Amino acid sequence: MRTDELVNMLATGAGAVPPNQAARRYATALASGVLGAALLMAALLGPRPDLAAAVLLPMFWVKLGFVACLATAGLLAALRLSRPGLRLTWVKGALAAPVLAIWLLAAVVLARTDAAQRAELFFGSTWNSCPLLVALLSAPAFAAVVWAMQGFAPTRLRLAGAAAGLVAGAVGALVYSLHCPELAAPFVGFWYLLGMLIPTAVGALFGPRLLRW
Amino acid sequence: MQRIEETDRLNAGEERLRSLLLRGLAGDAPAYRAFLQELSAHLRGYLRKRLAGLPDEVEDLVQESLLAMHNQRHTYDAGQPLTAWIHAIAKYKLIDLLRRRARRDLLTDPLDEEFDFASPADTEAADARRDLGKLLAQLPDRQRLPIVHMKLDGLSVAETARLTGMSESAVKVGVHRGMKALAAMVRGDA
Repeated sequence: MRTDELVNMLATGAGAVPPNQAARRYATALASGVLGAALLMAALLGPRPDLAAAVLLPMFWVKLGFVACLATAGLLAALRLSRPGLRLTWVKGALAAPVLAIWLLAAVVLARTDAAQRAELFFGSTWNSCPLLVALLSAPAFAAVVWAMQGFAPTRLRLAGAAAGLVAGAVGALVYSLHCPELAAPFVGFWYLLGMLIPTAVGALFGPRLLRW
Repeated sequence: MQRIEETDRLNAGEERLRSLLLRGLAGDAPAYRAFLQELSAHLRGYLRKRLAGLPDEVEDLVQESLLAMHNQRHTYDAGQPLTAWIHAIAKYKLIDLLRRRARRDLLTDPLDEEFDFASPADTEAADARRDLGKLLAQLPDRQRLPIVHMKLDGLSVAETARLTGMSESAVKVGVHRGMKALAAMVRGDA
């Protein structure tokens, strides 16, 4: 087939392209990711028994805010990386800001605590299960966000996979925080982050295979 | 001075191509055809420069990139420079091709070097070595027939549905999936 024949074929009956496909596809993916994580959490873990009291504590909302900010920044990164030729630019700052903020808060909290009690703030009582459970709850969102991204054209596949993994990790962490009894900033700033970085690393590892087009 | 004129000329080209694409995305068929025509000339020039050692691959890659850009035209963000979008896709396809060749060359000795190659002008649409028409014939009927009727014969969705006995939505899905399958075949995945 000659190239002008191909041009003819592509142009014939091409029709209009509906706008806002990215918003719709990602919204569907996020909704199913959150739903999947919530179902997994309800089936395996259940919400923390004192959730009604916990929502009155400021730290509960700080934790939720930290995760929500990372979810939003990750989503912005995923949206930009879904389109050829768009660079991350300021989104890098948006990704770093919540992490730096929680680390700063953790440093202040640790500095104002007796040396003997610092370890407890850092390890809490669930450090050994938190990252893995966050990663587990992120699995449905991981599949959903990768599906959303497959409808677009990422050209930097490792980075795009990592962004998809981060969004999924943040969704997992968001739902996990309704179960998790820990509220200390040093705990959240390390173990939650580690939990979210597991799907991020998986995304970076498998991005080139999952997202190729 | 000359530099400024050169930039102006490029900006004017970009602006023109961008407005053709935006009109095409809104459903203006002649504008979309003009966009693809200018795009293929632009791609030929872009890829010829970067595939100087592999002149035989240029037209194949022009076609592969055109097909990819058509299938992915919904990923263009109206706020971004069009050349950034075009070059990102062309580069992605170029790297993909070089990887494929590297893998193949590990298995077979590259003996197909040709040196006496007269290059046609960038605007002249050459023949590709890969025949998309033959690939099209390999698609299943539910994808091939909608593509043949709609995209080669220029029939409407309704006429194609009547002719094939498929529903109108099945016709649309068939065209969409068929074009993606064609791109996958070109890439060597299927």
